[in-house]
Amino acid sequence: MSDRYLMPSLGSGMTHGTVIEWYVKPGQVVHRGDVIGLVDTDKGAIEVEVWEDAEVVEILAAPETKAAVGEPLLVLRSPGGDGASSPEEDAAAASKDDAAVPAASPEGGPEEDRAAARDTAARPEAATEAPAPLPEPESSLGVRAPVTGGKGGRASPAARRRAAELDIGLSSLTGTGPGGAVTLADVEKAAAKDGPPADAGRVEEAVDLPRSGKATPLARQVAEAMGVEIEGVEGTGPGGAVTRADVEARAEREGRRPGAPRPEVEGERTEEAGDRHRSMRQAIAAAMSRSKKEIPHYYLGTTVSMEAALRWLEQTNRERPPAERILPAAVHLKCVSLALGDYPEFNGFWEEDAFRPAEGVHPGMAISLRGGGLVAPAIHEVPRKSLGEISAALLDLVQRARSGRLRASEVTDPTITVTSLGDRGVETVFGVIYPPQVAIVGIGSAVERPWAERGMLGVRRLVQLTLAADHRASDGHRGGLFLEQVSERLQMPEEL
Amino acid sequence: VNHPDETRADVPRVLTALRGALHRIAPEVDFDRLDRSADLREEADLDSVDLVNLAVIIHQTLDVDIPESDYGKTSTLGGLIEYLVGRLQQSER
Repeated sequence: MSDRYLMPSLGSGMTHGTVIEWYVKPGQVVHRGDVIGLVDTDKGAIEVEVWEDAEVVEILAAPETKAAVGEPLLVLRSPGGDGASSPEEDAAAASKDDAAVPAASPEGGPEEDRAAARDTAARPEAATEAPAPLPEPESSLGVRAPVTGGKGGRASPAARRRAAELDIGLSSLTGTGPGGAVTLADVEKAAAKDGPPADAGRVEEAVDLPRSGKATPLARQVAEAMGVEIEGVEGTGPGGAVTRADVEARAEREGRRPGAPRPEVEGERTEEAGDRHRSMRQAIAAAMSRSKKEIPHYYLGTTVSMEAALRWLEQTNRERPPAERILPAAVHLKCVSLALGDYPEFNGFWEEDAFRPAEGVHPGMAISLRGGGLVAPAIHEVPRKSLGEISAALLDLVQRARSGRLRASEVTDPTITVTSLGDRGVETVFGVIYPPQVAIVGIGSAVERPWAERGMLGVRRLVQLTLAADHRASDGHRGGLFLEQVSERLQMPEEL
Repeated sequence: VNHPDETRADVPRVLTALRGALHRIAPEVDFDRLDRSADLREEADLDSVDLVNLAVIIHQTLDVDIPESDYGKTSTLGGLIEYLVGRLQQSER
């Protein structure tokens, strides 16, 4: 059987994404968990994974295509399957579910049709207001594409997209597909009859090409990191666009390495960064407003000595090269994650008026981005990882978060958020829960303070450990016990 | 004191490595405008993870492993340059 790979929802409030690049080609076999492409979202560029073994049959959404959450991007064939669906079959499938289709207005041109399709796709999310962080990864695959019917009948998604690109009104076309659905072939035929398709400007607008239209955003990023002047690179991508491979080939020839000083192209970069910053700001605004509007937070805090943990770290790290050193944040993450084993009511999601505990412990680590903004991607299965593994994962995650290469599962899977302020922050953080999660644990900067222990006064490095939790899912008594356990675990770093 | 004698053999190597490392970690920072006598973390807005990454990159590019106990000597850019030049000269002997 065949499946469509749909534009995944990568978090609260995401309505659409733009395909930047596919790492796969038709005919290629992919395996569960493989990273198959890069999608631009308001959280930055995110690498998307596939959740079943399959063969890629067709790419429906070419790079630079903007698609709503739930719109099909690829046709996949499961192993042992009998073949992919053609656009005509797509249309047939679409017509079966016709009842779900909101009729577009009679005047609706392609743009309105596209907007209608987008609304349909976005609706499941809007309805629950709890875009589940894809607890069942399968949800990005094997779900039938949302039906996209236009005026006077149906059209396959491919046909719809092509029509929009060519600025052809679907309503003007006679469908030859099942049930009179407009197929891709119908659109192409109409385009050929009309002579050259709409002028290049229109096309560019419709598919949302980046400014110059000559390079993918990823290629720009890579060029920047490598110090390659992208203007001089010859493009081999669609429409002569410069792709990452083109940039890398050029870098190779010039003997460039990441981090090499690059020629100045600041104006453009600043503008792009400005756009990215604005959309990330909006995403944060939406999630945090929803949090404060819906979640009855309660807050707890306690002072914890980090002396034992920090001394143990100094000792342990002495023998380790920089890349293998253990970070204090890794110790925090592991202590919190282990304690969650006994306090599962802080690890999960509030959805549809009920708490759903998460199956694994995947804490999201709050990472602030240079120039503003914040992401909290997940580190998976922390209780099962060693401190060294967690540290390596953290270093990798921070670098990828800042260069915009997070993976979809990292963005969608966090079951709780942990924010560790490091050594340059303030002493106390009062967190805002990231919905639909139900808790956020904060660890402030360590500071030297007088500390009494067993009647003796001494100087210790202390941190403020805080919890903001959802009162719908838990109560302060359990919250206090949970923090107490985190604190106890921090006193026994050698047992982590 | 803050500007090391830039004619010494290892200085250009160290400067190139640091320039590249900081460009990777903090791309918006203008290396040439950093105050070499001020705390590098404040100057370049580096957090603890950035500092570890800096140490990792220095280890990769210059083959100098900065132990955590020496972080005090490397808290300013000038101090870091001096420290690295010193370590490179030691290893050449």
